[in-house]
Amino acid sequence: MRMSCHVNGEERAADDVRAQESLLFVLRERLGLPGSKNACEQGECGSCTVYLDGVPACACLVPAGQADGRNVVTVEGLGDDGDLDLVQRAFVDAGAVQCGFCTPGFVVAAHDLVRKGYAPTDEDIREALAGNLCRCTGYEKILDAVRLAAARWWSHEAAGG
Amino acid sequence: MEHLRPESWAEALALRAERPDALPVAGGTDVMVELNFDRARPPALLDLSRVPELTGWERDGGHIRLGAAEPYTRIVNRLGGPLPGLAAASRTVGSPQIRNRGSVGGNLGSASPAGDAHPPLLASGATVEAASVRGTRDIPADAFFTGVKRNALEPDELIAAVRVPVARGPQRFAKIGTRNAMVIAVCSFALALDVEARTAGTGVGSAAPTPRRAAEAERFLAGELEAGGHWESRAALPAALAREFGALVADAAAPIDDVRGTAQYRRHALAVIARRTLTWAWAELRKETTGCGCHAM
Repeated sequence: MRMSCHVNGEERAADDVRAQESLLFVLRERLGLPGSKNACEQGECGSCTVYLDGVPACACLVPAGQADGRNVVTVEGLGDDGDLDLVQRAFVDAGAVQCGFCTPGFVVAAHDLVRKGYAPTDEDIREALAGNLCRCTGYEKILDAVRLAAARWWSHEAAGG
Repeated sequence: MEHLRPESWAEALALRAERPDALPVAGGTDVMVELNFDRARPPALLDLSRVPELTGWERDGGHIRLGAAEPYTRIVNRLGGPLPGLAAASRTVGSPQIRNRGSVGGNLGSASPAGDAHPPLLASGATVEAASVRGTRDIPADAFFTGVKRNALEPDELIAAVRVPVARGPQRFAKIGTRNAMVIAVCSFALALDVEARTAGTGVGSAAPTPRRAAEAERFLAGELEAGGHWESRAALPAALAREFGALVADAAAPIDDVRGTAQYRRHALAVIARRTLTWAWAELRKETTGCGCHAM
């Protein structure tokens, strides 16, 4: 089948998509967007987390045909014109990246928490990231990064930004 | 494999009748795992994600009619008041990403013995609304599960909704697993006390070929609460009563040894979580009555 969707602000289309393909496969193999990672293929690790119509989902568990005509934002679409978005910047500044494989999924999941705009407690952060695994076990720095991102979001808002 | 994409409920039922070999998919959280690992290769997917009638809920007398594809996240955020048992179980499903997509209808369609929604549906006396081009019928939750990953749906039927009685008393859910997130239950248990009807409902998960009620435990508990005047007095329950309730719940199970736990462990854990959920539920009831249930644990 042919499918088209709005990905990171652009209309994209792919041909000969098989019904059993996942949105993740289409993004990585057909649309050239390898930021979302392919690891467990069963929703366990969160490495493929993307926004589908504004809601975080594991792209490996979305049948490609369900994304037809929908709006998708991947980790590649968070920043503007090559600039890192606030959550991505916080991951860099906090050193929350070890091997880096889980990072795109964590960034999208954390982005969804931070954009909600309240000051998250550590419990809120742990709950929001419960669907993402870091096999390097670098969780402390990741928590630091999300705290930093949330604090910056607040100061940005307080400055009227 | 074909991708069938109905845009309305009528169209979905017509396609279901024409193509009983098509695998229905809503949030994809179960179905896509099967496809990704090539454990299933159905001739077609019946994609229900564009059928507006399957989302949302409405109050219908003493019931909530919950659309089959309404995601768990919205049950957690919006239905904790009228359906506390189902909301509590929904909170334990997978992870935020999974709860954003998974639904009670999908859980029922998969009919896994470990499905988190099943115990609270059993405990609260919910019914499953099954529909086809021939019409609609309500299947009581305790008649819905017919075997491991098998349910009472006919080949031309789809799950439209569940009809769950609005809680008339405390409801609790407990689940055993190795961590808080991403756990397939080792065993689980739901309890629903009905203060008006003076009954107790139960649901046992992941401890038998199907989710099931612990009918003997329900009769015992209702009988003891009545005989002891507990509904009137709301006095603390005797420890022996809660223990016996737990033992009867464990007796209702028919668990197996598998990778997640042994049969013996499941029986033991069920007795413990059944006793605890009763203790919590009764403490909640006493708190409502006296304004202080803090010493009742």
